[in-house]
Amino acid sequence: MDTTAQRQDVDVVHAVKEACLAAAITFGVLLPLIGFETVSNIDNKLVLHTRWGLLFSIVAIVGVGRLLMALVIAPRLAQRRVRPVTPAATAAATWLSVIGRWFGPFAVGFAIVYPILVVSLGGFSSALKWVDNFGIQILIYVMLGWGLNIVVGLAGLLDLGYVAFYAVGAYSYALLAKNFGFSFWILLPLAGILSSFWGILLGFPVLRLRGDYLAIVTLAFGEIIRIVLINFVDLTNGYAGIGGIPRPSFFGIPFTAGDDGFAAVFGLEFTPVYRTIFLYYLILALAFLTAFVTVRLRRLPVGRAWEALREDEIACRSLGINTTNTKLTAFAIGAMFGGFAGSFFAARQGFISPESFTFLESATVLSIVVLGGMGSQIGVAIAAALFIGGTEIMRDLDFLKQIFGPSFDPTQYRMLLFGFGMVIIMVFRPRGLISTRSPSIFLKERKTISSDLVKEGHG
Amino acid sequence: MEVFLQQLINGITLGSIYGLIAIGYTMVFGIIGMVNFAHGDVFMVSVFIALIAFLLVTAWLGIASITVALLIVLIVAMLFTSLVNWVIERLAYRPLRGSFRLAPLISAIGMSIFLSNFVQVTQGPRNKAIQPIVRGEFILLDHNNYAVALSYKQLIIWGITAVLLAAFWYLVAKTRLGREQRACEQDQKMAALVGVNVDRTISMTFVIAAALAAVAGTMYLMYYGVVSFADGFVPGVKAFTAAVLGGIGSLPGAVIGGLLIGLIETFWSAYFTIDYKDVAAFSVLAITLIFLPQGLFGRPDVEKV
Repeated sequence: MDTTAQRQDVDVVHAVKEACLAAAITFGVLLPLIGFETVSNIDNKLVLHTRWGLLFSIVAIVGVGRLLMALVIAPRLAQRRVRPVTPAATAAATWLSVIGRWFGPFAVGFAIVYPILVVSLGGFSSALKWVDNFGIQILIYVMLGWGLNIVVGLAGLLDLGYVAFYAVGAYSYALLAKNFGFSFWILLPLAGILSSFWGILLGFPVLRLRGDYLAIVTLAFGEIIRIVLINFVDLTNGYAGIGGIPRPSFFGIPFTAGDDGFAAVFGLEFTPVYRTIFLYYLILALAFLTAFVTVRLRRLPVGRAWEALREDEIACRSLGINTTNTKLTAFAIGAMFGGFAGSFFAARQGFISPESFTFLESATVLSIVVLGGMGSQIGVAIAAALFIGGTEIMRDLDFLKQIFGPSFDPTQYRMLLFGFGMVIIMVFRPRGLISTRSPSIFLKERKTISSDLVKEGHG
Repeated sequence: MEVFLQQLINGITLGSIYGLIAIGYTMVFGIIGMVNFAHGDVFMVSVFIALIAFLLVTAWLGIASITVALLIVLIVAMLFTSLVNWVIERLAYRPLRGSFRLAPLISAIGMSIFLSNFVQVTQGPRNKAIQPIVRGEFILLDHNNYAVALSYKQLIIWGITAVLLAAFWYLVAKTRLGREQRACEQDQKMAALVGVNVDRTISMTFVIAAALAAVAGTMYLMYYGVVSFADGFVPGVKAFTAAVLGGIGSLPGAVIGGLLIGLIETFWSAYFTIDYKDVAAFSVLAITLIFLPQGLFGRPDVEKV
């Protein structure tokens, strides 16, 4: 009795010490950037304003939080850890596996009925926001994620410049459609082919490179493409971008208000929502195409060679696999899907500029692939929905203004939370949200394996 | 000839700044094999810390002597940036030690996005400009009305870089900490077995990397006098390029790579078009790597089965 009381005392002292330390460190870290604010005064000279109130409240929150963590939460977690596995826990695990099995088909069904659901629930007015900002935006990233997944997840080649192929696709469509008047349906495959040429072009010099050298060269390549897009003003119109890009038509029927428009032909009242819904199904179909091709390719020799390359390059070469061709096909096919997504992006926006193709985009797509669980297609889709959907929701949280005052702008915190979320997910789930993989080849029955058994490649 | 000399001076100055940042990349890579993508943004944070310290020292404390003020700013920036990077390592990278290779990379990319947006939220999105801190120059050569000038601030940058590199070399080559770092770089498990505190050594590596970035940051502030929250990415990528060019993991390589990238950039801007200076730097990188895949001073990767 005596000893336990004593130990608790010691724990409290220790916790208080920890809390003070945490508060002190927080104070030190935040003192320059939160304690002071640099503001331009009337003479346009920088002066310092102090924000002691904000600084000390954050320090207090961290200190108290650390104290609670040490006194309340940590003991409970420790208790939970020693508790034996209960029947309830195993039941929950079976439920989870059932959900896991049916989640894929359910998600596909949901994606198909989503626009109908939105229109029937919220009418045409809400469709623009929910279908365009959410549905199409998320699906573009799902498609990019699946495309990059071929390079990073299957072949194990770290590509930090994927956005370059997205840009090539977008500019190919924009320039050819504007200057030569080709239709979207001709240019979509053409943009894919052009992008995959660029993929091979990049692939050749970097074949010898491995690991982080490959990463930096692909990053450099992405930057080079962007800089050329900015500076080659005669062709690309530089920073100003290309506007008035022709929109895709419904098998030759344009989505305009005129007599030959989509609404008039089908005897419907004109609204721009039809185009949005059409674009939604278009990108959905493209994304499914990417997923389908990936699934099928994994069963072909080339797909198996990709995975073999990821697992062990030396063994792969010893078995007579041509690693050069294997790497090049991975780059080319990944780039092709990036090009498809790019030309869709140009057709949807009607305007493109180099601003849309920064390193941040590459980083976002790569994060989606890794956060979802490399090689896991459903994981990539979930990560895209979570991150892109989440940051889009952050755009319209106007009710927060009523809490924090009118000067509070929630959109500012969008990317802040995005970066923070990336760190948090990696710290708690370094293998991504989905921690199982389904192998492409198996002996007797197909069963999922832990992602720890899958290598990440050296390239 | 005059143009060449002037560009040489400018290039070495820029290269010194890149070199100091590149050491941070190369050290962290050498010891834990991770590309610290947030390092460019740590550099940007250090510029802001230096800016705030400079305003504090001059406006609030009223220190008139530029030398004293710069010295205080340098030390303050080094201290606080080191603390920031120590915390980052503790929170975002240490839990991922021993995890798979891409996890710390993604964590670092997330950290980079977080840092630049944190500065945007707390300090505002606009460019922050200050009056030139150091004025004046030596005229080295005046020929055909083209004067080759070596400004005081360039001289200060060269001097500080040289002194710090010497101190840094001493730290790595001669002290216990440096020995422990080199030991961890070779074999962490073995180093732990002979009594090296691996976690502490890695933390110290991040602290030193941040301190050098803060030196670069202070000099950047003194040289350009303007900074914004987005200024971490480009110097970061250039410095990383420099580190890879010199052979990632090699400390002299990082400095030489930094100088090379700085020189390539300034000479390209002077003799060709300034628009494509980044393309020039990146192309040199790609070409070097094709013929020398391990960089200029790197150890070649031995493939083991």
